[in-house]
Amino acid sequence: MSKTVPVLIASIVGCIMIVANFSPFLLPARQIAEDWFTIVATIAMMLGGANLCVHHLKNISDREAGWGFSAVTLISFFITIAVGLLKIGVVPESEQQVKFAWSGPFQQEGSGFWWIYQYLFSPIVSTMFALLAFYVASAAFRAFRAKNLEAILLLITALIVLVGQTRDREITSLFLPPPAEGMPQHVPIADLTEFIRKTFVTAGQRAIMIGIALGVVATSLRILLGLDRSYLGGDE
Amino acid sequence: MTSPLLNKLNALDRRWIFLAMALAVLSPILLQIGSDETPSPPTIKLFDEIERLPEGSRILMAMDFDPTSAAELYPMALSFTRHCCLRHHKLYFVTIWPTGKPMIESTIKAVIGADFGSGDRAYQYGVDYVNLGYLAGDAVAISQISSDIRKARPQDARGTSLDELPMMSGVISVKEMDLIVNASAGFPGGKEWVQYAATPKKIPIAVGCTGVQSTQLFPYYPDQLLGLVTGIRGAIEYETMLAAKYPDPYANRSKRPAFLRGGAQRWAHRLMIGLIVLGNGIHLANRYRRTPHP
Repeated sequence: MSKTVPVLIASIVGCIMIVANFSPFLLPARQIAEDWFTIVATIAMMLGGANLCVHHLKNISDREAGWGFSAVTLISFFITIAVGLLKIGVVPESEQQVKFAWSGPFQQEGSGFWWIYQYLFSPIVSTMFALLAFYVASAAFRAFRAKNLEAILLLITALIVLVGQTRDREITSLFLPPPAEGMPQHVPIADLTEFIRKTFVTAGQRAIMIGIALGVVATSLRILLGLDRSYLGGDE
Repeated sequence: MTSPLLNKLNALDRRWIFLAMALAVLSPILLQIGSDETPSPPTIKLFDEIERLPEGSRILMAMDFDPTSAAELYPMALSFTRHCCLRHHKLYFVTIWPTGKPMIESTIKAVIGADFGSGDRAYQYGVDYVNLGYLAGDAVAISQISSDIRKARPQDARGTSLDELPMMSGVISVKEMDLIVNASAGFPGGKEWVQYAATPKKIPIAVGCTGVQSTQLFPYYPDQLLGLVTGIRGAIEYETMLAAKYPDPYANRSKRPAFLRGGAQRWAHRLMIGLIVLGNGIHLANRYRRTPHP
């Protein structure tokens, strides 16, 4: 019984969403389902926050390796929440709004939350992403080597695409005769890059996408029919 | 057979590679060495569509990115917005990324605030552009605004009721848009806008995405996607077209952040190619050294 009700809810809502896609009469029911999705997702996010706290508090309590990072995570988490919820540094934006800080948006320019975003979050995530360039360069030098046929094929393709992505590709047209008047210069490596993208990459991606779509359809049907209950947790 | 040079290269500390990459990226930025690009058909198609649309057309600007991918997508967002403002289209900014709202605000400040906020045809909030802010719910949020914007978002990002904004009059859902322009950094993004808004509601859509995401979106081009602007190269292409069509003041380097970033990317690519060739040269030399020679 504890699992029958959630399975019924999932099946009914799923069926409504499918039928509403074809029938405008069920649009209001679909909109209600979408509103409920947003509410449930918000609750799930709060549960996620609680889970994060429990996990890191346990790390700190057990003095596990790297427990200091858990402490930093928790402190940052609570400071960000407090600054956002209390709207620290927020001022009323217009005369229409009542004259106290709560009326302004929490991400208002100059507010505490804005400051955290601009001067902590933004530089940290940008730095993390920028570090990739250094590690990719190191990996390209140490690991990207022609050790067997597959590696050679990958290497040649990568070099073609890499050169084809920059203006240096135009070097490959230096030895070609000049184009007819009004016609663009033929760039062999650019054409080769396009051929790789249009033929191999797009075909591979389409195959993956179609495969995923078929998998989603099969899994969705199993959930709607109540055959797959793994999303409820437990052994089933 | 031994070679001191080969031994040195085999034992090369990776910090030298890090230093080389730092120099390859920093030098063009500090010396303001940019890189131009020849526009490619997927970029040209978006540019032509914005040019073709009559003045005052409604364009939904979905800014689904955060500072992580801002290096590639922010210059694109600036160019798309600037182009739409030059054509005097009505802009509806929205994001389905919780960290995307400051990106919208920054784009509005850098383009509308700096270049189109004054003069005879100044852009006015609520009349020519609106910031709908963040929509929670990922793909479901797209589905919601596809059927009813007010159900998903009754107020704009400033807390003003949508019914009080003149440009929202007659706008019920995404269906009323003439074009969707999406700057997408991943999930949810371009793919979801295609699947839940553009294709079911038959609205033209163009996406500007990061370089790594382009392979996932190219299968949708040219049928579901009208145009596709990929990575910093795509951003440079768009800027090049904008500078050619509207030379003053958009040919100015300060208005072309992608052009300046292109120089750093070009030199980083050159270094990568050099490192791959050098690494394989060392590999072949090592194999030759290990092979017994008569």
